[in-house]
Amino acid sequence: MRVRTHVMRTRVLSAVTAGGALLALSGCGAADMTKQASPYANAAGAKTVTLSVQSWVGAQADVAVAEYLLKNELGYRVDKVQIDEVPAWDALSQGRVDAIMEDWGHPEQEQRYVKEKKTIVRGGDVGVTGHIGWYVPTYFAKKHPDVTDWKNLNKYADQFRTSESGDKGQLMDGSPSYVTNDKALVKNLGLDYEVVFAGSEAAQITQIEQFAKQRKPFLTYWYKPQWLFEKVPMTEVKLPEYKEGCDADPAKIKCAYPHTPLQKYFNADFAKKGGDAAKFLKNFKWSEEDQNEVSLMIADQKMSPDAAAKKWVEKNEAKWRAWIPE
Amino acid sequence: MASATASGPVRDTGIGALLRHRAVGKVLLLAVAAAVIVPILNAKWASGAWPDALTVDLTEPLGKTTDWVIDNRDSHPLFTYFFGHISNAIVLSVRGVYLLLLGAGWAGVTVAAGLIAWRVAGIGLAVMASVSFAVCGLLGMWVPTMQTLALMIVAVLASVVVGLLLGLAGGLSDRVFRILRPVLDTMQVLPAYAYLLPFALVFGMGVPAAILATVVYSAPPMARLTALGLRGADSGVMEAVTSLGATGRQRLLSARLPLALKELLLGVNQTIMMALSMAVIASVIGAGGLGDRVYQALSTVDVGQALAAGIPIVLLAVVLDRVTGAAGERMGTQTAEADASPLRGWRGWSLAAAVTLAAALAARFLDRVDWPTGWVVNIAPSVNTAKDWMVDHLYTDVPVVGGTADWAAHFTTWVLNPVRDGLQGLPWWSVLLIVAALAWLIGTWQTALTAVAAMAAIGVLGVWNKSLDTLSQVLAGVAVTLVLGFAIGVLASRSRRFERLLRPVLDVFQTMPQFVYLIPVVALFGIGRAPAVAAAVVYALPAVVRITTQGLSQVDAAAMESSRSLGATSWQQLRKVQLPLARPALLLALNQGVVLVLAVVVIGGLVGGGALGYDVVFGIAQGDLATAWWPVPRSSASA
Repeated sequence: MRVRTHVMRTRVLSAVTAGGALLALSGCGAADMTKQASPYANAAGAKTVTLSVQSWVGAQADVAVAEYLLKNELGYRVDKVQIDEVPAWDALSQGRVDAIMEDWGHPEQEQRYVKEKKTIVRGGDVGVTGHIGWYVPTYFAKKHPDVTDWKNLNKYADQFRTSESGDKGQLMDGSPSYVTNDKALVKNLGLDYEVVFAGSEAAQITQIEQFAKQRKPFLTYWYKPQWLFEKVPMTEVKLPEYKEGCDADPAKIKCAYPHTPLQKYFNADFAKKGGDAAKFLKNFKWSEEDQNEVSLMIADQKMSPDAAAKKWVEKNEAKWRAWIPE
Repeated sequence: MASATASGPVRDTGIGALLRHRAVGKVLLLAVAAAVIVPILNAKWASGAWPDALTVDLTEPLGKTTDWVIDNRDSHPLFTYFFGHISNAIVLSVRGVYLLLLGAGWAGVTVAAGLIAWRVAGIGLAVMASVSFAVCGLLGMWVPTMQTLALMIVAVLASVVVGLLLGLAGGLSDRVFRILRPVLDTMQVLPAYAYLLPFALVFGMGVPAAILATVVYSAPPMARLTALGLRGADSGVMEAVTSLGATGRQRLLSARLPLALKELLLGVNQTIMMALSMAVIASVIGAGGLGDRVYQALSTVDVGQALAAGIPIVLLAVVLDRVTGAAGERMGTQTAEADASPLRGWRGWSLAAAVTLAAALAARFLDRVDWPTGWVVNIAPSVNTAKDWMVDHLYTDVPVVGGTADWAAHFTTWVLNPVRDGLQGLPWWSVLLIVAALAWLIGTWQTALTAVAAMAAIGVLGVWNKSLDTLSQVLAGVAVTLVLGFAIGVLASRSRRFERLLRPVLDVFQTMPQFVYLIPVVALFGIGRAPAVAAAVVYALPAVVRITTQGLSQVDAAAMESSRSLGATSWQQLRKVQLPLARPALLLALNQGVVLVLAVVVIGGLVGGGALGYDVVFGIAQGDLATAWWPVPRSSASA
């Protein structure tokens, strides 16, 4: 008994000492959290770039190709962190990640971090234009061509019913982190539909694939470019045309989603001191077809992002040579 | 995780002949009170749902707090001189552990795991530990496993220290104990997600926030069990020690702590399990490691890849659980025979250290520090094929029983919808009344008061209808869990072999991160509330089965024997002897069922469960403190 107590005491003591020593190690001056990197970074003593990976595959394709070239052409180690869109801005501002490779437009965050705090700088176009909309499967649109106009949606409401939407049609929305005006749209356009949130993109894709296998009709919030179109062809339902400023008041919104040129964003310090990596990421710009090709390899053929990037890189040397800094 | 609460005190529900009499009195009293109050309330705010006049909007103050933190995070002294150092210390320690693990290489770590397990738990577990680490490497998950392990080691050490200190305070002072208990209770039922955001806000995305959230989540069982152990010290022994003239400090160190050793070790075990589950969830705020791999696999709907990252988590959990569990049992029953072994004490440990060092160096000289890429087995394609086959054959149009999609649709229309509409259709005051009556019948008038206050808080916060929606899902989930759990538990208690087969299955379901089975659940049941309930059932079932089995098989052998000799059939025996005698265990199973189903409400939000779970997910995704914290009171209400 005596001995064990002694052991216990030493252990507690050593834990406390260790804690004190750590505090001492970290110094007594100001400790700026924005200057702290991930504990996993630079483990092999290499130059490291940390990229934020967004949850959709298009963004993963950007990151995969950037990572492959950074590693194999420029000799960097690449760490990837997956965070939701809005928190990613925060992490970028703090320097926890160096770059966001694809952003779909966050005016509020841009105002705060780029214009006011100046901790984030714009990194230029990705080269891809994003568009959000409502889609029905093409096999259904072919049979009922008039479903592609929102004015006729009520006619089809009962065909889109599910146990979740009750006696209304189901409009399926996806992850809570994605930009959506659908609830307001359904209300303001007087549609006989219920917005059902799948809660995550994974759940939404699974459900769409399942519906497509059964050849069932469905109406879903979806976006382009997206690899799923190659597997499940979908046709957009025309909403009232988008005009500048028609989405100013979210509660009164009555128009379609805009077409957004997707942007890259860098941490301000990284953009200044990131050397070749920063220059390379700034130069990175490709087309929708390129991105889709890589996305499809990752998501549909279940290739690892690294293998998919390798395949694309081997075929398209002319394109990526231009991104490598002299 | 389940047994964390399983070890808590079992509440006496007090339904006996005498109490039944008292119960009638309680209900009558409540009815009289209601007859006076309700007409007044109804006249003033006559509406079905919670009246708008009685809600408070917290969005603005919470939003302002968020803005203040973001604007001052890199300049205010509170952050640069206090939080900054904490963050620094965490980064440094995780980095230190991580580099050590990487430096030891796969050979060093695998050998060390085996040897540590051998020293504290015996040869069987040693083999299991080594094999488990090798499997992590084989699955191509070596580096993420080490990242998770580094994070875990730091988080668990911190949790144990914090828990121990809190537990000491609670164990030695009655007043501290009274204050501590409700706090610990609340911390346990809060959804793990709710811890993430405040820390992420202050410390930014990344490891420091993840570690702190993990510590806050996993320290309570340590504190609770330490306090319990200290308070439970045999009064005879304490008397004896005091009479020998020991000082307070000596009493604590030489009698109380050693006597509580078993509880302390159980606390460490529970803390490890909680920390591991949190380390996975914390991938949402950038903790990296295995959780991040699971999370990334989800976005490509790649179940195989998610499983490849999920298996190491299960293995880590099972190994850590078994080893710490076995160590705890050994401490309790150390015998002379073990003492006679030549490898006892420091000699065994130094041998272990030497062998580990040799293995690490050998790997280094052979230039095999990293796990060899040729030794990686890609299980993803075959898992995905299996999943597709299963879904194709079970989804719909299965002869006679119908498909899973049809079940889900029927479950939604015939069970979930009526329960939800029924609850939401009730006038708000009647819901409060029902809650009061139930809580009073089960507990004391204080329980009833707390429950009503919590329920009213839900209304005040303006999440009344959503909470009732969630409640309907929880009720349905608990009902299904109990029916299945009791049935399986009864079977398991009757057949040893079935129980042995069941054990690893339960382990897997209990420790597998819920993210992994999200996709199969959606593939089988579609999106909506039905898959949310299904996910909750999968998660809560193991604990219920375990507690039921244990309760039933611990029924006094003499009682069983005598009933058999009286000629009772097996069914009669179960109904008349086992079930009544196992009542406390069954009630504990019920309690656990409720708590665990509630805990998965957030995951339900990810598959279309809507309601409160969706709000929490939405809040996290938007980095919005206000939305994510609203639903919190809901869970405390049903505790």
